[in-house]
Amino acid sequence: METLDKIKQQISENPIILYMKGSPKLPSCGFSAQAAQAMMSCGQPFAYVDILQNPDIRTELPKFANWPTFPQLWIDGELIGGCDIILEMFQKGELKPLVEETAAKYKKDDAEES
Amino acid sequence: MSTEQTIYQKLKNTFSPHVLDVINESRMHGTAREDSHFKVVIVADAFESLKLIARHRAINNCLADELSGPVHALSINAYTADEWAKAEGVVPKSPACLGGSKNEQK
Repeated sequence: METLDKIKQQISENPIILYMKGSPKLPSCGFSAQAAQAMMSCGQPFAYVDILQNPDIRTELPKFANWPTFPQLWIDGELIGGCDIILEMFQKGELKPLVEETAAKYKKDDAEES
Repeated sequence: MSTEQTIYQKLKNTFSPHVLDVINESRMHGTAREDSHFKVVIVADAFESLKLIARHRAINNCLADELSGPVHALSINAYTADEWAKAEGVVPKSPACLGGSKNEQK
C-alpha cells in the first residue's frame, strides 16, 4: 500500500491516534514522552505509531498534515497538534473531555453496527 | 546571522509581537547540532481568535525554511496579550532529552 493511503487508513480507522517517537511506555523523545503521558492521563485507550520504526510515514505525514514535527495527535480524522498544544489543552482541562467524547462517540457507533 | 537571530527577525517582522523570546535549547540534546532545538515564546495580537493549531501553523509557515533546514524541534508557546497577563509570564518547561536522535537512521 502507498504510504499516504496507509496514513489515511490509520487516521480513519483510529479515532484517537498519536504519531510519536518510540512507544508510550518507552518513548524515545522528551516531546513524545510528554504527549503520551498526557494522553495516558486521559484514561482512554488510544492508538499510536512509532515513526522511528516507520521511516516512510515519518517522511510522508508532515507533508500530508502540513505539520513539520512529531508527535502529532489526530482525533476524529483531524490534526489537533503537537506536544505544546497537547500539553496546553491538557493543562486547561480541554484534552480529557475531547478524548472522552471521541471514545464515547465511537463506542456507540460500534455498538450500533454489531 | 545565526539561526536564532533569523528566527527572531522573521517572527518579529511577521507578527509584530509584544513579547518575543527565542531560546536555543540545543544543548539539552547531546547529539544534536548547535542550532537544532529552539523554544519560542511569543505574545501577539495576531493570535486573537485563532485556535492553537492555527497559531502554530502560522509560526511554522513563517519559519518553513528553518524547519526544513537545521531546526529539528521547535517548541511554541503563543499567547494573546490577555492570555499572557493571566499566565503571569509562566511558560511550560521543555522536556528533558531522551536521546531519540541517537537511534535515528538518517
